[in-house]
Amino acid sequence: MAIFLTKDSKVIVQGMTGSEGMKHTRRMLAAGTNIVGGTNPRKAGQTVDFDGVSVPVFGTVKEAMEATGADVSVIFVPPAFAKGAVIEAIDAEIPLAVVITEGIAVHDTAAFWAHAQAKGNKTRIIGPNCPGLISPGQSNAGIIPADITSAGRIGLVSKSGTLTYQMMYELSDIGFSSAVGIGGDPVIGTTHIDALAAFEADPDTDLIVMIGEIGGDAEERAAAFIAENVTKPVVGYVAGFTAPEGKTMGHAGAIVSGSSGTAQAKKEALEAAGVKVGKTPSETARLARAILAAN
Amino acid sequence: MDLFEYQARDIFAKHGVPVLAGEVIDTPEAARAVAERLGGRAVVKAQVKTGGRGKAGGVKLAADPDDAVAKAEAILGMDIKGHTVHKVMLAQTADIKEEYYVSFLLDRANRTFLAMASVQGGVEIEIVAEENPDALARIPVDALDGVTPEKAAEIVAAAKFPAEVADQVADVLQQLWTVFIKEDALLVEVNPLVKTADGKIIALDGKVSLDANADFRQPEHEALEDKAAANPLEAAAKAKGLNYVKLDGQVGIIGNGAGLVMSTLDVVAYAGEGHGGVKPANFLDIGGGASAEVMANGLEIILGDPDVRSVFVNVFGGITACDAVANGIVQALELLKSKGEEVTKPLVVRLDGNNAEEGRRILNQANHPLVEQVDTMDGAAERAAELAAK
Repeated sequence: MAIFLTKDSKVIVQGMTGSEGMKHTRRMLAAGTNIVGGTNPRKAGQTVDFDGVSVPVFGTVKEAMEATGADVSVIFVPPAFAKGAVIEAIDAEIPLAVVITEGIAVHDTAAFWAHAQAKGNKTRIIGPNCPGLISPGQSNAGIIPADITSAGRIGLVSKSGTLTYQMMYELSDIGFSSAVGIGGDPVIGTTHIDALAAFEADPDTDLIVMIGEIGGDAEERAAAFIAENVTKPVVGYVAGFTAPEGKTMGHAGAIVSGSSGTAQAKKEALEAAGVKVGKTPSETARLARAILAAN
Repeated sequence: MDLFEYQARDIFAKHGVPVLAGEVIDTPEAARAVAERLGGRAVVKAQVKTGGRGKAGGVKLAADPDDAVAKAEAILGMDIKGHTVHKVMLAQTADIKEEYYVSFLLDRANRTFLAMASVQGGVEIEIVAEENPDALARIPVDALDGVTPEKAAEIVAAAKFPAEVADQVADVLQQLWTVFIKEDALLVEVNPLVKTADGKIIALDGKVSLDANADFRQPEHEALEDKAAANPLEAAAKAKGLNYVKLDGQVGIIGNGAGLVMSTLDVVAYAGEGHGGVKPANFLDIGGGASAEVMANGLEIILGDPDVRSVFVNVFGGITACDAVANGIVQALELLKSKGEEVTKPLVVRLDGNNAEEGRRILNQANHPLVEQVDTMDGAAERAAELAAK
C-alpha cells in the first residue's frame, strides 16, 4: 500500500499542454503513472503524444473524470489562473488535487480552500507550491524525481521539495512507501498532521520522516498530534535555525514573525513529543536508519 | 511587504476608511508649509517599520509651524530600534477620547482569515493578548463570505464596543475589509482606532502588509517599495530575478530549493562553530533551472559581497541535472573572467542526485584552481567554513 496515491490511481493533468505540464507529464508517464488525460478547453478532443503514449485532452475536469474514471488531478496552471483550476477540480469532486503551482496569491488559496470546505471537503488538496507526491514503484503525481529510490517502508512528509529529494537519496537503500511534499506556502491543503495520520494507518509504513521549516506553527501542532495519535517512530528535521526575523526565506510561508515560527521552537515541540530530530539532513537519515535497525 | 504608516494611511483613504489629513516630508524645512496647511498644530510622526515609536521619542506634538520644523529636525535622522528615520509624517491633531484596536489577518493554522478587535487599543496588542486575553476578540472570517454587515456587527459585539460607536465601527470594519481584499493584504491593522471628542471614529495609525505573490494583479504596489532602504546586494539580486537574502556571515551560499538552502545555512553555521564562528553570508536559491546564466548571476552577487570569504555551492539534482549545474559553474567562472571580475575566493561544490557523477567529472576536468569538490553536504559545509576562517 501507500498513502493518497497507489498503482490504481488514474491521473489527469490540468495544464498538461503548457511547457511545464508537457515536461512533467512525460516524466510521470516514464515513472509508470497511469495518466489518463489532460485538460485544456481550447484543445478538447485532441490527443498529445508522449513518446508513443497517446493522452487525450478534455475540455474540463468533469468531462475527463466521466470519460476515464480519473481520481487524481495534478495542476500545473500558472498562478493567475490556479484558483479557477482548483475550483474546477473541487466542483468535479475529484478525490485528490495536487497543486504544483508556485506563487499563488494567498487570498486565492484561502478562497479555494474555503470553497472545498463549503463543497463538503470531497477533494483532498495537496499544495500549493509543492513537488507533489510519489509512491515509488506505483505512481508519481508531480515533479519528484522517480529514480532516487524505490518502494520501501519509510513514509515521508515535507514542506520542502529539495529536502524531500535529499532525504529520499540518503535513505534510498531502504526505500519509501510514499513521500508527500505538502508545500511551503502559508496556506496549504494537506498538512503534516493529515500525512502523519495516513502513514500511521498504512500497514506498509514502519517509520515516518517529517521535514518542517520556519514559519507558522504546523510543526508544533504536528508534535501535539504525534504525542496523542502516532505509535510508529517519527524522525524529524527542521530547516531555518539561522533565518533572521522578518525575512521570507524563499518559500512564501517561511518567515519568522517576532518570536513565533522559529526552528528552535519547532524542534523543541517535536522532541517533547518523542520525535528524534536531526541537526542536519544526514544526521536525520542516520537516526531513521538506527531506529529501523533496532526494530 | 510591510508598508510605512503614511502608505497605509493613503491606502485607507483610497478605500474610504476615515483618516486624518497628513503629509509626509523628508526635510525639517518642509514641515513649516505642511503645518500651516494643517492649521498650525500638527503631530510629527517618525516613519519607520517598527513598533514603539512613541516610547522612543519618534512622535511629538508641534504647537505651531516653527515648532513643527524643530520637532521634524529632532526626529529626522533618529535611530529607532536600528531603523533610521528618513521621513516624518505631519498629521492633523485629534481630541482623543477613547482608543480601540482592530485588525484583519491571515490565520495560517485555520487556513482562513481572522478579525481581531479590542476596546483596549493604543498599547501593544501582544500585551493585551497576554495580560487580558478576554479583552481581545478573535472572530474567524470566511474567505468567501467576507465581512458582511452581520459579520461586522458580530465583531463589534464580541469586542464589546460601546453602543454609541457600534455602527461607525462596523462601517470602518467593512471598509478595512475592502482594503484587505482589494489590496491583497496579509495584514491590515489599526491601532489605535480612536473616538474623538465629537464622537467620530478615525483610524489614527495603521499597519499594512501586502502579499508579494499578488503583484501580478497589483501594479500599484511596486511604487510602495522602499528601494532606498533595501540592501544594495538584495536590490541587485532582485533586479536579476534571484531569490536572495543578505545575512551577516562570511560563507556565501548558493543552492537549489528554499528548504535545502535554509538547511545549508544551518549546516554551515554548525560547521562554523568549529572555525572561529564563521556564519552563512546569505540565502540564495537558484531554483530548479540553474542555467549557466543564473549561476553566473548568483556568483556575481555573492562575490560582490565584501564579507564573503568562501562560497559553498550546494545542489541536489532533482529535475535539474548536475552536469548542467557543473557546466553552469564552469561557464559562470568564464563569464565573470571575461567581464573582468575574475573569481578570487574559493568555491566548495557539492553535487548529488541526478547525473552527479557526470557533473563531478566536468568540474574535475575544468580543474579550476579555486574550485574544490566535497561529496557530502556536511563535509562540504565543514570545508567552506574552514576556508572562510583562514
